[in-house]
Amino acid sequence: MLVAGFLPQPFAFKISIKIVLLKNIAVIFVGLIKQYCCMGDLQIKKQAKKYDVVIVGSGAGGGMAAYTLTKAGLTVCIIEAGYMYDPQKNITQLKNPWDSPRRGASTVMRPFGDFDACYGGWSLEGEPYTKEAGTDWLWWRARMLGGRTNHWGRISLRFGPKDFKRRSIDGLGDDWPIGYEDIKPYYDKLDKMVGVFGTNEGLENDPDGFFLPPPKPRLHELFIKNAAVQSGVKVIPSRLSILTKPIENDADRKACFFCGQCGRNCSMAKADFSSPNVLIFPAQKTGKLDIIANAMAREVLTNKDGLATGVSYVSKEDMMEYQVSGKIVILAASACESARLLLNSKSQRHPNGLANSSNVVGKYLHDSTGASVSGVLPELFNRKRYNEDGVGGMHIYSPWWLDNKKLDFPRGYHIEYWGGQSMPAYGFGFHIENLNGKYLVHGKQKEAGGYGASLKEDYRYFYGAGVGMAGRGEAIPLESNYCAIDPTTVDKYGIPVLKFNVKWSEHEINQAKHMKETFKEIMHNMGAVITSGADDNEKNDWGLTKPGEIIHEGGTVRMGNDPKRSALNKYSQAHDCKNLFCVDGGQFVSQADKNITWTILALSMRASEYIIDELKKNNL
Amino acid sequence: MDRRKSLKLLATGAIAAPTVLAGCATDDKKDTAVKAEPTFNLDRNPAELEREKALLAQDKFFTPAEMATITVLGDIIIPKDAVSGSASDAKVPDFIEFIVKDMSQHQIPMKGGLRWLDMQCLTRYEKAFTDCSPQQQIEMVDAIAYPNKSKPEMSQGVQFFKLMRNLTATGFYTSAIGVKDIGYAGNTPNQWNGVPDEVLKQYNKAYTEKELSECVSFDKI
Repeated sequence: MLVAGFLPQPFAFKISIKIVLLKNIAVIFVGLIKQYCCMGDLQIKKQAKKYDVVIVGSGAGGGMAAYTLTKAGLTVCIIEAGYMYDPQKNITQLKNPWDSPRRGASTVMRPFGDFDACYGGWSLEGEPYTKEAGTDWLWWRARMLGGRTNHWGRISLRFGPKDFKRRSIDGLGDDWPIGYEDIKPYYDKLDKMVGVFGTNEGLENDPDGFFLPPPKPRLHELFIKNAAVQSGVKVIPSRLSILTKPIENDADRKACFFCGQCGRNCSMAKADFSSPNVLIFPAQKTGKLDIIANAMAREVLTNKDGLATGVSYVSKEDMMEYQVSGKIVILAASACESARLLLNSKSQRHPNGLANSSNVVGKYLHDSTGASVSGVLPELFNRKRYNEDGVGGMHIYSPWWLDNKKLDFPRGYHIEYWGGQSMPAYGFGFHIENLNGKYLVHGKQKEAGGYGASLKEDYRYFYGAGVGMAGRGEAIPLESNYCAIDPTTVDKYGIPVLKFNVKWSEHEINQAKHMKETFKEIMHNMGAVITSGADDNEKNDWGLTKPGEIIHEGGTVRMGNDPKRSALNKYSQAHDCKNLFCVDGGQFVSQADKNITWTILALSMRASEYIIDELKKNNL
Repeated sequence: MDRRKSLKLLATGAIAAPTVLAGCATDDKKDTAVKAEPTFNLDRNPAELEREKALLAQDKFFTPAEMATITVLGDIIIPKDAVSGSASDAKVPDFIEFIVKDMSQHQIPMKGGLRWLDMQCLTRYEKAFTDCSPQQQIEMVDAIAYPNKSKPEMSQGVQFFKLMRNLTATGFYTSAIGVKDIGYAGNTPNQWNGVPDEVLKQYNKAYTEKELSECVSFDKI
């Protein structure tokens, strides 16, 4: 039986695909695939097993849902578009620069470098996306178990009370249907279960939590702290989900051993949060979780009553079509992929795409803003060598410290810092001619450039003196910034692709200008010299990153109390389809200047507990 | 080109006549036929592994003569000194051969830059770079190694030398020899206990009481 609208018409004929049983998928039950749907030569394989819950995606949102639901005894199937990945086998941690033939340089498959733990990137083979002329969007897609959680910065910031009520404060965007008090219990649970270091500072909009002790600042961070404070910029210990001490009731995860390589995922100690190490594998131990990797979701299937019945997908391994059914479907495929799935899931009951009677799916797409400067701190030239790897990220940061009422932009940003004696990688030593003619080396004026023993002395002299900073700010989610189905383009699986239409507004541009002015002042206070990022101006929007580039996309499946203006209710549940949920960045009404992973985890845990409750009450 | 000069250059291998070229190509093929399956000491996903294998299965990008020039230049840029070995000790030429295959943006600047260098040497010394005396090689390098004082007519050479210096330095300082030389002390399990006391003192810095009481600390060994 073919569900109405299951296949795009051109795909339904004259396609000859051999029937092959799945072999290389990590967890799949051969033999469960019993029923076949036929149309011409194309066959749809249906799994006989019916799960309580089918989840699309295995990152922060999907991982947390799988963890919470399997621990409650529900059977769960995760469909993941990327490879199976096991941090205990797929290791880049503690490798030396020369273990990479390109010395850690980026590739199209690892844009953040050859040691980065996240497979995927800005451009995926066979999976295009398009953009409206004159607009910009960079779309990062992870393609692996655990998604981006394998390499993210572990910056784990609670949204504050104001972050849920921005429209009430500045009249822009919308308020969330929930407040801080609704999500606080979940942040509290996360702190204890996943672990995060930081300090309680009693700040109004950067709430306290249950923190592990932070690491002491590094040398350049002490310089930065002094310089920032001089400009009135608050500096506090950073808040990263890295275990500086073991946490209770989790003997499997060890304390951080300070290699500074969280971007490679902590294979050795599992000290940083990643979905596989902290959520997926523990969930698998319940025996309730199946994972189908290399499975590209095509559509959410619905019945004549408009309820979700499962998900159809194409296997990237054999290019065969499959269906897996569940009582509940949870989307956690990332903001844009989840919106794409909904928009591609059209049926008689949901002619505008699933959960989209409001017509908001794909809209209000927004990312964090970003701008940065970097340079050298001459005081650190010829510095003493010691291991200052620390944790994988900054030990201090600056939460938003100003009142926007007194500024020409409505929302704030936080500042991230870096510098010091890092592991050499591709790019090390580039452009020495910009340094060695400019600064005395051991008191000697040299000619810029050069070669030989004198040049080797220069590299040693300047090593470890780098310092830099970047802002991550809140953008205003606008209805006019959206992704929609491109009417003319499909990917290699025949799935219609997204077309993006996003532009920054003056709010974000003015914010970037403010970032640059602040950073220049801090660098100046420190006595640092900016080598990159000083020349931005109004002609290039003050060096503002491209929309999507910070990889904090959200807003496309937003929640709200009004079904006419939102896709989900306040429990991440579709207004139009009660057994469908979306627990990724899509549900965000706005995203503060706080990296969104921690709140995705909290909202996913909250939605999962709601599901468990509603099932008990027979409401689903 | 002056025929006399071109014949001399031909003899050095910097310019090859068609028949010689054909001969070289055959030799190269023999080389690649016996290549073993590459292995990696870091995670490669299946699609990535395919890509890496295809990259490594390619014929050599640089000719033996070009590799010889890269080796001489590399060791002029990073020679052996009291602290560490040379670029060629750290196998920098092999790294450059790989990285230029991997990053196509370097291919024309490197290939063309090497030829630019040989043609300059031919004009100046009637020899390819590798056949010049060490003194002549240094004279040539001096003409292109200092961007702010080199002559305008050397600008393409200056650009090439910058690239060559960048790739040589990166290749060297990301090798085992180079990492030891630069003194990077990390990439090993440890307990971060803050900036060493003597360093704090050197820069007149101190941790605050708040930091000392809040931050994770470990017993000093």
